[in-house]
Amino acid sequence: MNNNFGMTMVEKILAAKAAKNKVVPGELVNVEVDLALGNDITAPVAIKEFKRFGLDRVFDPEKIVLVPDHFTPNKDIAAAEQALVLRRFAKEYGLKHYFEVGRMGIEHALLPEQGLVWPGMIIIGADSHTCTYGALGAFATGVGSTDLAAAMAIGEAWFKVPPTIRFEYYGQMPDWVSGKDLILLTIGKIGVEGARYRAMEFAGSAIDSLPMDGRLTMANMAIEAGGKCGYMQPDQITFDYLEGRVDRAYTSVYSDKNASYESIHTFDVNNLEPQIAFPPSPDNVFPVSNAKGIELDQVVIGSCTNGRIDDLRAAASVIRGKKVKEGLRLLIIPATQQIYRQAMDEGLLADFIDAEAVVSTPTCGPCLGGHMGILAKGEKALATTNRNFVGRMGHPESEVYLSNPAVAAASAVAGTIVHPEEVLS
Amino acid sequence: MILQGKIWLFGENIDTDAIIAARYLSTTEPEELAAHLMEDIKPDFPGLVQRGDIIVAGNNFGCGSSREHAPLAIKGAGVSCVIARSFARIFYRNSINIGLPILECEEDFSGLKSGEDQLKINLELGKIIHLQSGREYKAAPFPRFMQELISRGGLVEYVKARLANQ
Repeated sequence: MNNNFGMTMVEKILAAKAAKNKVVPGELVNVEVDLALGNDITAPVAIKEFKRFGLDRVFDPEKIVLVPDHFTPNKDIAAAEQALVLRRFAKEYGLKHYFEVGRMGIEHALLPEQGLVWPGMIIIGADSHTCTYGALGAFATGVGSTDLAAAMAIGEAWFKVPPTIRFEYYGQMPDWVSGKDLILLTIGKIGVEGARYRAMEFAGSAIDSLPMDGRLTMANMAIEAGGKCGYMQPDQITFDYLEGRVDRAYTSVYSDKNASYESIHTFDVNNLEPQIAFPPSPDNVFPVSNAKGIELDQVVIGSCTNGRIDDLRAAASVIRGKKVKEGLRLLIIPATQQIYRQAMDEGLLADFIDAEAVVSTPTCGPCLGGHMGILAKGEKALATTNRNFVGRMGHPESEVYLSNPAVAAASAVAGTIVHPEEVLS
Repeated sequence: MILQGKIWLFGENIDTDAIIAARYLSTTEPEELAAHLMEDIKPDFPGLVQRGDIIVAGNNFGCGSSREHAPLAIKGAGVSCVIARSFARIFYRNSINIGLPILECEEDFSGLKSGEDQLKINLELGKIIHLQSGREYKAAPFPRFMQELISRGGLVEYVKARLANQ
């Protein structure tokens, strides 16, 4: 590696937290962790491992976040027992950021909303979609439960510095095209291991004008390309989002002009159609026109990928005054209590209920086939979620297609996968 | 460490939902998880796999969710090693952290008989021998830091040593 090259945002953050002037891809570093996250699936394993250390304290009770969001509100006795492990641990160790049902939300929508994420941080989470926080200029990556246990004890984690791939998007996105379509397009192009072990830097004029909710959607699905993290560099949209949420000082980090990228991909988004990932893989991506006529049994709008207010607004704007197709179930899952409340204040929930959709309390629920909307054998769903693997939402012989919220809402009205314009015209 | 066992061949991009479906994640016990290992893509697998067996797969093994239940289920079934052309990164670090031996090997195992043929593995050298033919395969050795983690018995033991020194 030529030492004259500059560093990318991620290299700079890793170097700073490893107390080094420079790091290069492939180098192993031990870094300080600013925030460590677990949920009701992964934290029980981490807590079991943590107990083996015999400690009576965690490294910092303000830097550990526990969110019971996957199988909550408790779907059965076993899930209730797991949630109890989190509740007890949070109390015993005095954790500041434990979010009980009623205060909670889907973790990756909740943490940015609650002002727990800002530029330059290193965040690890025992959940693969932890990469979401890269949209705010942080280095954030998914790890396993044992990594979380170690971080809770010593506040550190080991990483191999990833090479960075830059993705540039240019042009004006057509109506009904969103961040979800940009990331599906990208995963479709490079494949589910196209960014394996890599950092994904998102940039270009289409990103400069992309609202924060769309950015969070894109960074969220970096893992679906195998990425270690996905990020946007902080700009005015970032600062506006952070205003009123984060009151502490932070330092934004930017890639050097002469940073070294493993490769650069460029996309023209001017004539982009909404994208659909066909089963059984998020890289099996085609324009919505190729999916026309696929009959659906269920539509899910929600998740850490697309359960934010902009997503609900887009879905409501399509479905307002219409009815869900007879025989189809439409599930709307606002990602946090705050989003739920805002959707209520804006009248969006009334739009959904009048259309005969179900509105659920925040939960990961059906996205991972947990509860709240499981598919029977042979059923097909269209979801705004992130994965469509075999059996992901229920029976191994059910199928999941992925789309943006507007396409999902339109398809719930039509009963088949359609472009929003088809139900609005 | 020398490992020897019967092989089971799997394809490309085996995701963690395939390894252990989310509906079984309300337990953390490796043996309970093992009873459903690979169930959605190979329903008879939990009944077939035996202690010491070796999983051999293609690219990007363990992609998808961060669930440590995936390597735990594999370990719980007694699988002695997973060989893949490449691993998804969270699965890779989870395996090292819990002490499940894994090897990255670019060679082609597709001609071998799944459920019949046997491999003998020298983990330190990254040497793999197909017992039926005597053919030798070479796997990538681990970086030294990871070898140290594995030899200490995983991340928990590493952290214990760190805490003892404080």
